Amino acid sequence: MGYQQDPKVKPAGLSGEVSLPAALADVELVQAVRTPAAIDYIATPGASLSAYLRGMKQKKILGDVCPVTGQVFCPPRGVSPVSGQRTTEMVEVADQGYVESFNVTRLPIKSRPDLKPPYVSAWVVPDGSSTGSIALVAGIEPEEVRMGMRVKAVWKPDDELEESAANILHWEPTGEPDVVLEDLRVIGNPDGTAGGAQ
Amino acid sequence: MRDIAVVASMQRQEPSIDNESEVEYMVPLMHGVKESIGITQADVGFTCSGSSDFIAGQAFSFVMTVDGANPVPPISESHVEMDGAWALYEAWVKMQMGEVDIALIYGYSKSSGGSLRDVLATQMDPYYVAPLWPDAFAIEALAARQMIESGKVSLERLAEVASRSREHAANNPHAVRTAQKSVADIMAESPIMDPLRPSDIPASADGGCALILAAGDRAKELCERPAWIKGIDHRTDAHTLGVRDLTTSMSARIAGEKAGVGNDKVDFAELYAPFTTSEVLLTDALGLGDDTVINPSGGTLGAHTMMASGLIRIAEAAQRITNGDGDRAVATAGSGPNLQQNLVCVLEGE
Amino acid sequence: MSKQRAAVIGVGQTKYASTRGDVSMAGLVREAAYRALEMAEKTWAEIDAVVIGKAPDFFEGVMMPEVYLAEALGCVGKPILRVHTAGSVGGSTACVATSLVQAGIHGTVLTLGFEKQSESNAMWALSLPSPFTTSINAGAGGYFSPIIRRYMAFSGAPELIGCMVALKDRQHALNNPYAHVRDKELTFDKVVESQMLWDPIRYSETCPSSDGACAMVLASEDVAEAHDGAVAWVHGTAMRSEANNYGGRNVVSPKASEDCAADVFAQAGITNPRKDIDAVEMYVPFSWYEPMWLESLGFAEVGEGWKMVESGATKFEGGDLPVNCSGGVLSSNPIGASGMIRFAEAALQVMGEAGDHQVDGAKKAFGHAYGGGAQYYAMWVVGSEKN
Repeated sequence: MGYQQDPKVKPAGLSGEVSLPAALADVELVQAVRTPAAIDYIATPGASLSAYLRGMKQKKILGDVCPVTGQVFCPPRGVSPVSGQRTTEMVEVADQGYVESFNVTRLPIKSRPDLKPPYVSAWVVPDGSSTGSIALVAGIEPEEVRMGMRVKAVWKPDDELEESAANILHWEPTGEPDVVLEDLRVIGNPDGTAGGAQ
Repeated sequence: MRDIAVVASMQRQEPSIDNESEVEYMVPLMHGVKESIGITQADVGFTCSGSSDFIAGQAFSFVMTVDGANPVPPISESHVEMDGAWALYEAWVKMQMGEVDIALIYGYSKSSGGSLRDVLATQMDPYYVAPLWPDAFAIEALAARQMIESGKVSLERLAEVASRSREHAANNPHAVRTAQKSVADIMAESPIMDPLRPSDIPASADGGCALILAAGDRAKELCERPAWIKGIDHRTDAHTLGVRDLTTSMSARIAGEKAGVGNDKVDFAELYAPFTTSEVLLTDALGLGDDTVINPSGGTLGAHTMMASGLIRIAEAAQRITNGDGDRAVATAGSGPNLQQNLVCVLEGE
Repeated sequence: MSKQRAAVIGVGQTKYASTRGDVSMAGLVREAAYRALEMAEKTWAEIDAVVIGKAPDFFEGVMMPEVYLAEALGCVGKPILRVHTAGSVGGSTACVATSLVQAGIHGTVLTLGFEKQSESNAMWALSLPSPFTTSINAGAGGYFSPIIRRYMAFSGAPELIGCMVALKDRQHALNNPYAHVRDKELTFDKVVESQMLWDPIRYSETCPSSDGACAMVLASEDVAEAHDGAVAWVHGTAMRSEANNYGGRNVVSPKASEDCAADVFAQAGITNPRKDIDAVEMYVPFSWYEPMWLESLGFAEVGEGWKMVESGATKFEGGDLPVNCSGGVLSSNPIGASGMIRFAEAALQVMGEAGDHQVDGAKKAFGHAYGGGAQYYAMWVVGSEKN
């Protein structure tokens, strides 16, 4: 037997019972108190994300360029982790790319009541970017989605465009031949070319 | 103990940084402080940071900032949900084991995005106190009232602290409250949380600080006059209001004794004292006398960046030693309501 | 000053459950702390410092809860340090506590990790609305499932390996009275038939959301030698971090994972982890991570971790490298404590105090935690003998 095998045995120091006044002896233990809390925050996107959001309004996807290695980060964060330096140049990447990997989500999520399961949540790398991000893939049956599948962005109608990442409704197949993924453990391209997309 | 020194630091503090994200404004400091002494991340054996999700309004907020530490290839790294001064403490401990010679430390926050007074209310006892949303100024006003009524301090003395802090802040390019006010001017201010007046409360800022620690000969190579850490310790008081005597600071007193503040003359002290009352509490607990210049930078009454102010106190004290402005300094960092936690660091030049 | 020896002399855990409504946050941490003190035969007065870890403060809605917990943790007048390194935090916290002893600063340190997720809504805390991005991910499973899909394709592993891990860890949990999920009726078929949440991840292949706390008392060589009870000597600790998104990142076996393992094994003098380690407590929140980590950490050849699972090598009964004899994260997941539970369970194994899930004669054990986008790592090796 181990030293402490029974979680119901109270440890020394916790074994004392609390004695209550007789009038309260039968009162039920309070198991929870509800204390709603709300704090308002003003979120600031920062320089790179601002530029990215402005680009989205013009149906342009922007990425940050690492000043040392040339890696292109999309979506941009204003910093290159591979050099530890602030990025100063932004470039437009394509609104086409490929699926690195994906899942088929079969449970609804509160923040997106518009998404009806099952839907495909995929890691999409735009051509010209070294990195990608999780995005919705639609216009295809979930069981037909493939790693390496070529996709293109489906934008909101021009008159509905805002400074928002939500301008891309989803990505859909282009019908081009799949990209050959060389090392299945690695994602993204170490340089800013449309790597993997040959 | 192994000899470890502050060899470089960089900071930025502004009333609000509107156009850059935390990582965007921190990278120039994190990269810049290394560049200033000719090292790269490859020379850094340990990296440690301090920040707060509640101030950022985002869970795992520090994950966005670690990119600025150049973690490709991977780095030996840690994070405390505390002021950067405790990140420095963690790094100092790590260096004591003799396996790391250089450490990068940073702390930051952008509190302008949320009402800090409300955010800090969530730090109180969640069952008895926080549901009442006691604002941070109100909590300190309780201590101020007690200090005044017990005869420990007068409103004039607090006004002197505030006036002198403004005077010192005028010489600090990073300070955000630099307008000069006489003691009489401050005495004439209407309280915003009686008895606290506008000049008694911290000058809230967005910003951060990055700092390099180096050990032994490495420190001497990197800096002409390193600021050696001769003692460092931190302690906490009780949290429950009413359990503590709010007119004294046991935590600062013990930490000060352990760090050896009283072993020799202190030329100047950079105290984490968000309120004028906190400064009185700390000078008393640390036994600092008239021969010590208090907060030559203007202190947190000149600029207060949550999660970085403590680290900035150490940076300010170290910089003055490196500049030859003095030989022995004390820096403190604090956390929690009524300075519940205090860290004390003694720095010396050779 | 060089590195001093450090040892675990006490471990304490709470019963893990979806809601511990019988205790406050303070009551929860105290329950674990008391059990650790009891095993260590120490009083609060003998504790020099406290190092506490937990995941995001939004999980309980309390900013820096250690400030409020000062009295409950018996550290008034003492130092308390709060660590937060995402999911790896329980492990990192133990590493930091160990370093206080190894650096010769303190002789007896209490370390503790906790989470009381029932006091807030973890799913909410993890997806605070950002006005700048679009969210289509429900929880961590949405993030990790594409990576698991990559591993499955890379290794050619049979589709049901993940289900085998899930069943194994839940069966292990039956031997651990502290575990949250203890389902005697669970069968392989039930695991396979459970709902797909993030295809390829099924419900039964995911971790629960738990309330709970885990504590350890760490001691210097002098203090440990004076202790009458069992001792686990720390043979090595390591932490590594990397960026979560850059071109050419190995997401299946991140470099930070490999580097961290190489570091901790070198410190512990381990050259053949599979042979030298007797029990593994590995952070596996989604079942497929067991074969993935087996490869990444060097217990299996690259691409062959699943074969160890398939052969039963990682089972408590009959396996040569038992993994997660406690039931692992798949059976109990108070996030801020989950990493520390791995470290503590590793210690219990070499102390010979793991009760019904004790691996016979375990001499060296490995504790592991990871977090963020599989980018933060903390690991340790503990042994029954001094290193």
